[in-house]
Amino acid sequence: MRVFLEQVINGLTIGSFYALIALGYSMVYGILKLINFAHGDFFTLGSYLGYTFLVFGSAALTSRLGIWGGMVLVTAASALCVALVGIGVERAAYRPIYPAGRLPAVVSALGASIFLQNAVMVLWGPRYRAYPAELIPDTALAWGGIHVSLLQLVILLVSFALMGALYVIIQRTLFGAAVRATALDRDTASLMGINFNKVILFIFTLGPALGAVTGVMVGLYYRQISFTMGWNYGLKAFTATILGGIGNLPGAMFGGLILGLLEMLGGAYISAAWKDVFVFLILILVLIFRPTGLFGEKTAEKV
Amino acid sequence: MTRLPTLFRKIPLPPRAGFLPAAAGLFILYPFLAGDYLIDIAFFFGIYALLGLSLNIVLGEVGLFDLGHAGFYAIGAYTTAILNTQLGVPTLLLLPVSAAAAALFAFLVCSPIIHLRGDYLCVVTIGTGEIIRLALINNPFELTGGPNGVFGVDFPGIGDFFVIDSSIKFYFFVWLVVALSAAGLLRLQRSRIGRAWNYIREDETAAAAAGIDVRSYKLLAFVLGAGLAGAAGNIYAAKLMCVSPESFTFWESCLMFCIVLIGGMGSVPGVLVGAAFVSLFPEIFRPFAMYRMLVFGTVMILMMMFRPGGAWPRRRFTPAPDELSGGSRRNDE
Repeated sequence: MRVFLEQVINGLTIGSFYALIALGYSMVYGILKLINFAHGDFFTLGSYLGYTFLVFGSAALTSRLGIWGGMVLVTAASALCVALVGIGVERAAYRPIYPAGRLPAVVSALGASIFLQNAVMVLWGPRYRAYPAELIPDTALAWGGIHVSLLQLVILLVSFALMGALYVIIQRTLFGAAVRATALDRDTASLMGINFNKVILFIFTLGPALGAVTGVMVGLYYRQISFTMGWNYGLKAFTATILGGIGNLPGAMFGGLILGLLEMLGGAYISAAWKDVFVFLILILVLIFRPTGLFGEKTAEKV
Repeated sequence: MTRLPTLFRKIPLPPRAGFLPAAAGLFILYPFLAGDYLIDIAFFFGIYALLGLSLNIVLGEVGLFDLGHAGFYAIGAYTTAILNTQLGVPTLLLLPVSAAAAALFAFLVCSPIIHLRGDYLCVVTIGTGEIIRLALINNPFELTGGPNGVFGVDFPGIGDFFVIDSSIKFYFFVWLVVALSAAGLLRLQRSRIGRAWNYIREDETAAAAAGIDVRSYKLLAFVLGAGLAGAAGNIYAAKLMCVSPESFTFWESCLMFCIVLIGGMGSVPGVLVGAAFVSLFPEIFRPFAMYRMLVFGTVMILMMMFRPGGAWPRRRFTPAPDELSGGSRRNDE
């Protein structure tokens, strides 16, 4: 039971990474019906920027602001930079292609992904990079024999806080209502005076920023980062998006968490080598029986 | 189904097809002028053309998003490699066997998921492709050799009498298969099946209302596409003499997706252009070393900006009035 609970916490940690990345996919998909392949690379870029800020600024930052203050600043700076890149990518690679329809945009997104991935490789080199060790005190907390590291706890808290904040913005604010309206029907939303370009700006700021925060957290958690990792995390996060139901933000969050849990528990109790097979099998089974994802709404077919 | 005699009718040629004999001549002369390295590049161009044609059936003709096509390619390649190294079946004989294995696999896997729409189908194909790749890495029943793969596939040949063992012979082998497939697919486009596929792509609900068995036609597209990808896998395994899981990643599926869209959906000559782009471009820009993929990504974006319909889009076929009444065909496409 103790091992099980620890695995659940590990699963939730990975799952919250997937969930945060999945939110970026889901937002873009909801508004533009575009699979934003470049999103995984925003995450990689965030991770590498965080690495650079930590390596070159950690001494100065931590002495002034303390470890946590420095960490917050590094993460925020990385998120800001990646948000700017995200807006740039949208302007350069996606906006000119919207009128041509969905499929050309998919190719353009793949092109942007290849570009970003290789830009990271050119800037930081093709080898693995390792986050500085012992930045965060390696304290283990224990409740009733369940061991959780401090870092894990912080990651979980930050992730859930971010997801909660996004949920409130989307569901409870007027601007969030505008975003949801645009996702529902872009043309009608425009007729109601909603500025489509502002909505796009919003999702391409927030999505990449969330990805960057996740990138820094993954760097701190696993310590090792590589320029191709965005591809793998992106694939998992996209899977999570579909699992929850495309364009449904709470769905994407739960999809990510469920995926992380399945992966950890499958790895621990079935077979570590077959855990990803297990994850994809569950995904396929879910879609066979619920063709629009776990939380997807039944939509009437357009005639 | 297409009646047999129509299969032997003339293949419709595009207008201004005068360059075709010239191109064919160039293709035949090319390997005698170029060195082995350049011939091998042209060989892989052929493999990508074959893969592009196979995905074009699913994505281009029927509009089904398939981002797991590398899985079918892998099934073909591994069928060839395993049956050849374990049982000693001749590699050339395994060409149809590999195609059939991939087609059968596609039939079994796609039957339960064919009702999914758009991106949900897309994700299931991604999942299938990944499951195949991970299964190959995990070496089930000690058959697939794990991450190292299978080594020592024989050269294809007819006994000892004629063995395809040099770059030039492989070049002609793959392009012969490409030419036959392209001819077959051009015929198929104009058949009842091809028109049903296009109808489903344009409007699935209307197609169903008009009495088209949407489910069967979609499955047929997957089965044919997978079969052709399996055949490509056979040739690939024969050329490299070994197969390993890293040749069949999600990235490879994305590349096939790009071939079809860069060329133009449902356009056979377009697929050739797209295959040329993804196979020749990285070679041509080799001097740029680590910057070449940056350029590759940028060019992909620019192509979609300036030619969103693809480099060589398919022209809409408008039947002449006499054709509607079953008269003779005009070669106007």
